Parts: sequence; C-alpha cells; structure tokens
Amino acid sequence: METLSNYLLISSILFSLGLFGVVTRRNGVAVLMGVELILNAANLNFLAFARFGGMNMSGQVYALFVIVLAAAEAAVALAIIINIFNNFNTINIDDVSELKQ
Amino acid sequence: MADFAFWLIAALTLGSALMVVSSKSLLYSAYSLLFTFIGVTGLYVFLWADFLAVVQVVVYVGGILVLIIFGIMLTNKISSVNISHASVQKGVGAVVVLGFVGALSFMVYSTPWIQLPNTEPAETTKLIGNLLMMDYLLPFEAASFLLLGALIGATTLSRKDD
Repeated sequence: METLSNYLLISSILFSLGLFGVVTRRNGVAVLMGVELILNAANLNFLAFARFGGMNMSGQVYALFVIVLAAAEAAVALAIIINIFNNFNTINIDDVSELKQ
Repeated sequence: MADFAFWLIAALTLGSALMVVSSKSLLYSAYSLLFTFIGVTGLYVFLWADFLAVVQVVVYVGGILVLIIFGIMLTNKISSVNISHASVQKGVGAVVVLGFVGALSFMVYSTPWIQLPNTEPAETTKLIGNLLMMDYLLPFEAASFLLLGALIGATTLSRKDD
C-alpha cells in the first residue's frame, strides 16, 4: 500500500544496500555504484516527504539538485579513478595508499 | 492493481540493488544498476513526480550509467575477459548493515508521521520552473557554476600529460 512509511522503508533498504556496497567492495567503480544507490535513496525520501507533506514542490526541487550533484560527482570520480588506474595500474582502493610514487 | 504494481516495482528496485552489491562480475553490477534506476523511476511516478522521473531516466540511465560502463571498460585490460571484483569482510558488513536497516525500519514504523492532505498537481514542470527561477535562483546559479567546475576538472584530471 502506498503510505509514507512504506516509501521510507524502501528507501532505507536501498540506502543500506548502497552502504553495504561501499564498505565491502574494493573496486573503485563498484564503490561509486554504491554511492549512486545512496543518492537515489535520499532522493526517494525527498519525494516521499514532498508528496505526503501536502505536495510541497520544494522537495522535488531539492531532488533535482541532488541529481545535478550526482552527475557532477560521477564525472569527477571517474576521472580520478582513471587517473589512479594510469598511475598505479590497479583500481583496488586498498592498494592505493601512497600519496607519492 | 495499483498496490500490486507498486510492490512489483519496489521488488524490482531492491532486488536489482542487491544484485549490484553482490554480483561477482562488475559488468553484471552495472547492468543491474540500470534496473535499479528504472525501478526508482517507477517509484517517482507513483510519487507524482513526473518531471523528476524523466530527468532520472535521462541523467542516470543516459548519462551516469554510460559513464560508469566507460569507466569499467577503461580501467580493465581488454585482454582479460573476466572482469571480476571481490568483496571483503562480507559477514561483518552484512551484520552491521542489517542492524542499521532494522533500526531504521523500527524508527520509520514507530514514528507518528504527520500527513497533510494532498492532491495530484496537473503539471509539475511549471511549478518546478517557477520555484527554480524565484525561490531557488541562487542554488540554481551555484549548481551551474558547479557543473562548469566539474566539466573543467574532469577534463583536466583525465587527460594525458604532454
């Protein structure tokens, strides 16, 4: 049934799955996927509170800003990951602990 | 019927999100992420956010997912067919995350949420545009600067040194 609690439950499970990905994965791109899941969960919360809080459109505007930030973050993070791969020849983020080669 | 569709979309979203974080192959994770994004788009439609749903498809599926797949292709040697990635400390992580989701769902179901009466707006695009140009003009301009900075920063970071 469509109630606020159900949306919040779905978004908290999505957030936890993203968190699980971030803490267990060691591939840089896979960690980025976990971050995307977390951002989607946050957006779902914004929209759920917007709808059940009297259809307040500010929630939707904030969700739009979150999407903009996610796009910028993905572009810069992938540039960094590709740079790491060129320098260290690996993207296992546990192996990349040196600041200087 | 609407209930059934809602739970089906929720199950699609969460099931493919589980695949994203548990699949052995990095490419399977990326393709599962596609279905997660599409499921979240369906939930947006249920939440009466039609413009946000379209933006989600265009930006996430059309932009971010393609970027991620490019990232996978560029950071693995083309000769190594098996693009796999290991997970570490799955047990501890699962216990912590299960405790976390238990605490969150207890909070969600024990809080008496105040729900205001609402009606479905005829069009959300016009309302969002009005808000962006009036109440949220400064964040809007800041976001455009941020996108410009991210564009220049990503190109500078990823180009080869001459």
